Amino acid sequence: MNKKKVSYAKYGYIFSVPFVIAFILFTLYPLVFTIFLGFTDMKGLGSTLATAHVQEDLFANFKQILGTGTFRTALSNTIGIWIANFIPQIFLALLLAAWFTKTKPVKGQGIFKVIFYMPNIITAATVAILFGALFGYPMGPMNDLFKTLGIIKEPYFFMQNKTWARGVVAFIQFWQWYGYTMIILISGILGINPELFEAAEIDGASDFKKFWSITIPNIRTVLIYMLVNSLIGGLQMFDIPNLLVTKSGPNNATLTASVFIYNQAFSGSYMYNRASAASMIMFILISICSAIIFFLMRDKYEVAEKKAIKKAEKAMKKAAKGGAKA
Amino acid sequence: MKVEKSFSVYKLIQYIVCILLAILSIMPFYIMIVNATRTTYEIQQHAISLVPSGAFFNNMKILTGKSFNPLIGFRNSMIISCGATAFAVYFSSLTAYALVVYKWKLRDGFFTFILAVMMIPAQVVSIGFYQFMYQIHMTNNFLALILPSIAAPAMVFFMRQFMIPALPIDIINSARIDGAREFYTFNKIVIPIMKPAIATQAIFSFVQSWNNLFLPLILLTDKNKYTMPIMVSLLKGDIYKTEYGAIYCGLLLTVLPLFIVYFLLSKYIIAGVALGGVKE
Repeated sequence: MNKKKVSYAKYGYIFSVPFVIAFILFTLYPLVFTIFLGFTDMKGLGSTLATAHVQEDLFANFKQILGTGTFRTALSNTIGIWIANFIPQIFLALLLAAWFTKTKPVKGQGIFKVIFYMPNIITAATVAILFGALFGYPMGPMNDLFKTLGIIKEPYFFMQNKTWARGVVAFIQFWQWYGYTMIILISGILGINPELFEAAEIDGASDFKKFWSITIPNIRTVLIYMLVNSLIGGLQMFDIPNLLVTKSGPNNATLTASVFIYNQAFSGSYMYNRASAASMIMFILISICSAIIFFLMRDKYEVAEKKAIKKAEKAMKKAAKGGAKA
Repeated sequence: MKVEKSFSVYKLIQYIVCILLAILSIMPFYIMIVNATRTTYEIQQHAISLVPSGAFFNNMKILTGKSFNPLIGFRNSMIISCGATAFAVYFSSLTAYALVVYKWKLRDGFFTFILAVMMIPAQVVSIGFYQFMYQIHMTNNFLALILPSIAAPAMVFFMRQFMIPALPIDIINSARIDGAREFYTFNKIVIPIMKPAIATQAIFSFVQSWNNLFLPLILLTDKNKYTMPIMVSLLKGDIYKTEYGAIYCGLLLTVLPLFIVYFLLSKYIIAGVALGGVKE
């Protein structure tokens, strides 16, 4: 592209300034602040930096956090609940995506998509309280249903059972997200070159064979993206485990890492230093995950970029031939 | 209507699964809506009913009689979500414009940086953020929840991807020849071209901000500043312990705006989700 004599480069900087300022103020500075707090003894309501001291043993907070069983419980709960939600979620989403992208797809799939995705946009806090009520004791709808069906005789206190409490959290996550995953997978499958499927059809490949040998390898990147993205989201799980059961259930059954951080800093104990240290451990975990996404996306965008540039050049040539369009 | 030619058991299973899943998606909300209209006594007798009753307004009275003011929550959530969304879409477009149209030295570095910080969640910096806001006395100020959305890396990324093929450089050049200033060009020419992308991103940004619980919960301690999700979390408290009808009623009030938005815009939302994934 030929440039005019006037340089517009400075506008690139000017227009980026609001973003940069907001980022420094509201993300970078708080990040550095949090890292710093992790090394101090700052605690107590209304405590400020002025009264805080750097710990003699620099990693005292980290050692304490990693040493306490509660944080380890929180981390293992987080991972466990995430796995219990992700595995069924990805399988169901793949199955539905395969059904919805066949040459003769399920009828009414537009409506199904809308309904399956719906739980995703509903406030997680509301969903948590709603499920808490549905599994309520002694008289919740689930108890009513189980009694009517004759499965139980006496009302059952679901949320006092570790497995039920965790299971319901995992189920809510699954229920809120499989529709989203399905839609992303569908758009991934629709992006596959249809000639591949046609060739396989001529060779007489079965539906399953086509799915396994063409669809899956071609949406590998999307699958990895979904996996990592879901893991990052799962690590931050807060609203549902915090609101579904009181005080994280029996034996901290639904205590997740985010709930742990919140409890340390903002409910009762005001241990800003320990909460900060726990935040940093989370941050490191998430950074590892996002590094994977970052490298994936970078390759992706380079390819897409070249395509877009080619397209634009073609359009320009066309426009030059046919005269400029308004 | 033609009779289905290739009817098969497999096809039947597909429909059964889809219909069961649809029921699974709808049922919890249906029970919520029905129970919002039933008295606590009726719910205690049978917690599941498919037939609404007539106690909705009575439940409302019990609900609002106990410090639950949905109108205030609605207003606060509205201010925060609209403010945050407006800032996010405008400044993300502006940043994307800087990345696409101008050639400057740090451009590629800046874009790499945006990709790198895209995944930093607000939660892991929340302690430092809270301390910072506490020190400058912004804890009960909506601006603390609105202004950070000026820097929305993921949205900048999306806007940039949309802008590369959609923005004709010729139009910008001819605007320059006509003597338009760069900022004017952006506001009057680029923003209208970006409308479809802005609309999609606005929906998601709004819903995300509306549903956010973590940050408002730590920042807003003044009852009159509570957002809808904080109000919802109050329903778990002891004051509503036995008022089942009122709890369902409160839940219904908080999801009603989302239901309306969703069913009006579902087509665009589904299309937007599909776009948001990794594109081909």
